Amino acid sequence: MNYPLHPDILTDQVKLDPIRAGFGRGLKAAGATNDKIVALCADLTESTQIHLFRDEFPDRFIQVGIAEQNLVAVASGLAHAGKIPFASSYAAFNPGRNWEQIKTTIAINNQPVKIIGSHAGVSVGPDGATHQMLEDIALMRVLPNMVVIAPGDSVEAEKATRAIAENGHPTYLRLAREKSPVFSVEQSPFEIGQAYVLREGHDVSLLGTGAMSYQLLKAAQILSQNGIDAEVIHVPTIKPLDEETILASARRTGRVVTAEEAQIKGGFGGAVAELLSEKLPTPLKRIGINDRYGESGAPNELLEYFGLTGDKMASVITEFVKNTPQYHRDY
Amino acid sequence: MSGQLTITQLEQKANYIREDIISMLEAAGSGHSAGPLGLADIFAALYFNIMNLKPDEPEWADRDVLFLSNGHTVPVQYAAMAEAGYFDKNELLTLRKLGSRLQGHPERERLPGLESTSGPLGSGLSQAAGYAYSLQYLDDSKHRFVYVVMGDGELDEGNIWEAAMFAGKYKLSQLVAIIDRNNIQIDGSTEDVMPLEDLRGKWEAFGWHVLEVDGNNIESVIDATSLARAITNRPSVIIAHTIPGKGVDFMEYDYKWHGVAPNSEQAKQALNKLRTLDGKITFEGAGVE
Repeated sequence: MNYPLHPDILTDQVKLDPIRAGFGRGLKAAGATNDKIVALCADLTESTQIHLFRDEFPDRFIQVGIAEQNLVAVASGLAHAGKIPFASSYAAFNPGRNWEQIKTTIAINNQPVKIIGSHAGVSVGPDGATHQMLEDIALMRVLPNMVVIAPGDSVEAEKATRAIAENGHPTYLRLAREKSPVFSVEQSPFEIGQAYVLREGHDVSLLGTGAMSYQLLKAAQILSQNGIDAEVIHVPTIKPLDEETILASARRTGRVVTAEEAQIKGGFGGAVAELLSEKLPTPLKRIGINDRYGESGAPNELLEYFGLTGDKMASVITEFVKNTPQYHRDY
Repeated sequence: MSGQLTITQLEQKANYIREDIISMLEAAGSGHSAGPLGLADIFAALYFNIMNLKPDEPEWADRDVLFLSNGHTVPVQYAAMAEAGYFDKNELLTLRKLGSRLQGHPERERLPGLESTSGPLGSGLSQAAGYAYSLQYLDDSKHRFVYVVMGDGELDEGNIWEAAMFAGKYKLSQLVAIIDRNNIQIDGSTEDVMPLEDLRGKWEAFGWHVLEVDGNNIESVIDATSLARAITNRPSVIIAHTIPGKGVDFMEYDYKWHGVAPNSEQAKQALNKLRTLDGKITFEGAGVE
């Protein structure tokens, strides 16, 4: 295991930074080395942090107004003209409002447009259900040709942004609004399609995507105090899924848990369920939002309410481990 | 290929395109008849006069670009492309069949020369605007033009007006939109289904230069595109009034032919009309009785 973690992650000193801020920094950095990159925004330039790029490269920034269907279809045309467009808005509208345009003009058309869905998940907070995008993972991972990435923290978001600028494929990048714990460091690896073992363990595999991987690290610490030795795997790329790393871990531990700030049906949990049921049937517990919408509240309050904190997850996982025999352990 | 053919020769091209549309649709057994036939003159003008193209080099960097927004009319584009030499005419009869490069609605990656994938209506203008934006603001490429063909029924889609506003804001003068104003859509007349008029006034209000022509008059279409290219401070839209089903009398003006293909008897009748000027001429090799 060679994934360097931030030394302060399980202390009170843990650094907090919005994942979207990492995107903003990454896009500006990518823009400096590749002049084909253009950024489009639908009247949410600062919210999506694309203003960092706009201020540096005003000639390569395109304001489209509150028109998300036009946002992505214009991006498709720009890509056909040889550009690498980053089309950004809130995930609730992009891909929430413009999924068909994404499918036809970007995915079937196989144009390397980067769709940036910011403010995903319940942690958007007081704005409530309409703005808490929970279905985006499901919507985007069913599209052939589409790459789907949910970075775990702002440091990884920066790396992911630079990587997708050069991957040559239609790509969805899922970002969150609130400050969230930074668990990775500059040296931590990021490659599209790669899952990373953050902590090794024998009793259960905890798979997280986005900021939930940090909560799983916290849960694992609590679990270890209760005698449960959990493996934590961070899965920033939801599509293509790193089947090898996930299956190897599932084979070792015989129990799998997924965590996401999204609908488990069709979401990341759905993707892992598909993989395991076809290739290595293994008891599975999916943590996330289960077939309901979010609601208004403070971000941390909502994470707590929906059971998406390390503490809450630890109790659910303890129950799961207690009541579930371990399958196919290769002793 | 600018200026190589006379108007009479271009009209002949349009007629070949119509014949091929009928043959393709008959072989396919499904598809849209009225729109493609009505657009045949515009496509003959685009592929054989207006656009700067190299059929043997579809990705030629200096080419003009055509986005077909109303993808269901693609038989007219396939027929024009085959006539221009992009691929062998025999392939036209594979339209809509398993494994064909000629999908029921156009798919860019399957057939070199197609600039995009379309079918779901309303997003072609946005894509054309994105391309035109790139030419005008990012590439400093002033000699290339972007054409987009849209249906009139398609203008019901909100996405069109988002794009119209965008192109107006950025004064995309290398963008030339052509609306196939044939007044029909699947459920009937456009003005019954969802009134579009005042169409000219709408586009003008969005900051466009508007031209109106007889879309079945090749010379008028060519003149209008010349004018459109000469307007350098706005995007241009050509409202091209066409007759749906043009060239086949029993299809003309009848919205019921919007979404259906001719059966073999109807195809024979249609080809007979197209090849013999409605029976006024006969010649050896016309291939009809």
